[in-house]
Amino acid sequence: MAVPEKLQEILDTLELVPDRSDRIQFLISLAEQFKPVSSEIAAKPYPEQSRVPGCESEAFVFATASNEGTLDYHFAVENPQGVSAMALAAILQQGLSGAPLAQIQQVPDELVYSVFGRELSMGKSMGLIHMVQMVKALAQSHSNKETMTS
Amino acid sequence: MPHNLHVPTAELESRGYTSTEALVTTDWLADHLNDPSIRIVESNEDPLLYFSGHIPGAVEVDWTRDLNDPVRRDYLNKEEFQQLMGRIGVTPETTVIFYGDRNNWWATYALWVFTLFGHEKVKILDGGRQKWLLEGRSLTKEMPKVTPTSYKAQARDDATERAFREQVLQHVKTQKKLIDVRSPQEFSGERLHMPEYPNEGALRGGHIPGAKNIPWAKAVNTETGEFRNAEDLRALYEQEAGLKKNDDVIIYCRIGERSSHTWFVLKHLLGYKQVRNYDGSWTEWGNLVGVPIEK
Repeated sequence: MAVPEKLQEILDTLELVPDRSDRIQFLISLAEQFKPVSSEIAAKPYPEQSRVPGCESEAFVFATASNEGTLDYHFAVENPQGVSAMALAAILQQGLSGAPLAQIQQVPDELVYSVFGRELSMGKSMGLIHMVQMVKALAQSHSNKETMTS
Repeated sequence: MPHNLHVPTAELESRGYTSTEALVTTDWLADHLNDPSIRIVESNEDPLLYFSGHIPGAVEVDWTRDLNDPVRRDYLNKEEFQQLMGRIGVTPETTVIFYGDRNNWWATYALWVFTLFGHEKVKILDGGRQKWLLEGRSLTKEMPKVTPTSYKAQARDDATERAFREQVLQHVKTQKKLIDVRSPQEFSGERLHMPEYPNEGALRGGHIPGAKNIPWAKAVNTETGEFRNAEDLRALYEQEAGLKKNDDVIIYCRIGERSSHTWFVLKHLLGYKQVRNYDGSWTEWGNLVGVPIEK
């Protein structure tokens, strides 16, 4: 199954940037576009069940349901030095919000390596992979609810 | 130790370290940003962090691309180290000041690798990125203009600051001191890896017989990122772990990076003369056939 269209567009753009420093600049520009979850959706202190396990950037993931049966994703990254987490949050927010839930569940964890390369420390890569997994888990949970109510 | 840029700030002197020569404060660095005798090096876990903003004039040394062999499990060789030093504009006379994220975890790792090649004019920015930012000091995205140098390194010395499995085995047999800086759960064998690092596991859990467990981050004030004072550090390593200054000590963790932080504390702040980092660490020991393991 193909990854959601908007996510694929971001990945295609990254493919066009093979140079490491250009790619880093692109990812930093994404991180700078990142807007944390609004207080209307989630207020501090954020609930522990929204915390990404093992993420030293202290990332939190939230989802709100749309009328179309899809999800809009929202993130918080509490560590101001968590630039990679912010970049990934921006990618997931832009690439997966509004996408078909079944497609979101099929997004590979290796997305992290496609975006950041394989030269990540184990700690960093696991924190980022857990962000992807939480997004997928929220899609699955919402999908299950939709099935039960239909 | 030939750190020729001594930084006798009252703040560091008051902490009671054996020597303050391997540390600089944020105040000192802020006053020396244009000092041509130093090179500031940022080493981080987050690959985007340096490029998102760094201390003015700092260059990046990446722990994977710059310090590790891309194929074998080993560090760069002499020629590669010379190229790295040339690229970042370091001469044998340059004092290299390391800092980074995560309480200088990766900065001390880079410093340890530089030490293997005999570059002893090395210092850590106490508190690292965290303290620099807490104090509201500025960062820049501007890449420094570095004039490449020609650097002649000595051959990598794998004997003085580095330990290998045969030496660790001998250490166990002769009941010399070992410090395991992993989490208590890893040390006990309850976990085979750091809580969130399942892919860097080992087939067996536990610790090297005789090792004492002092998790690396205990040496740091987590509020500021600064090293704890000597009294606190001695309480950890001498009262709790039973080390003595003249002991022959080997330190290990999972892959040798956390242990380089403790190596720095013992060698540079508490003045231990014989302290080596076993970079094979638990990912080697916990997978070796037939070696003794304690749980």
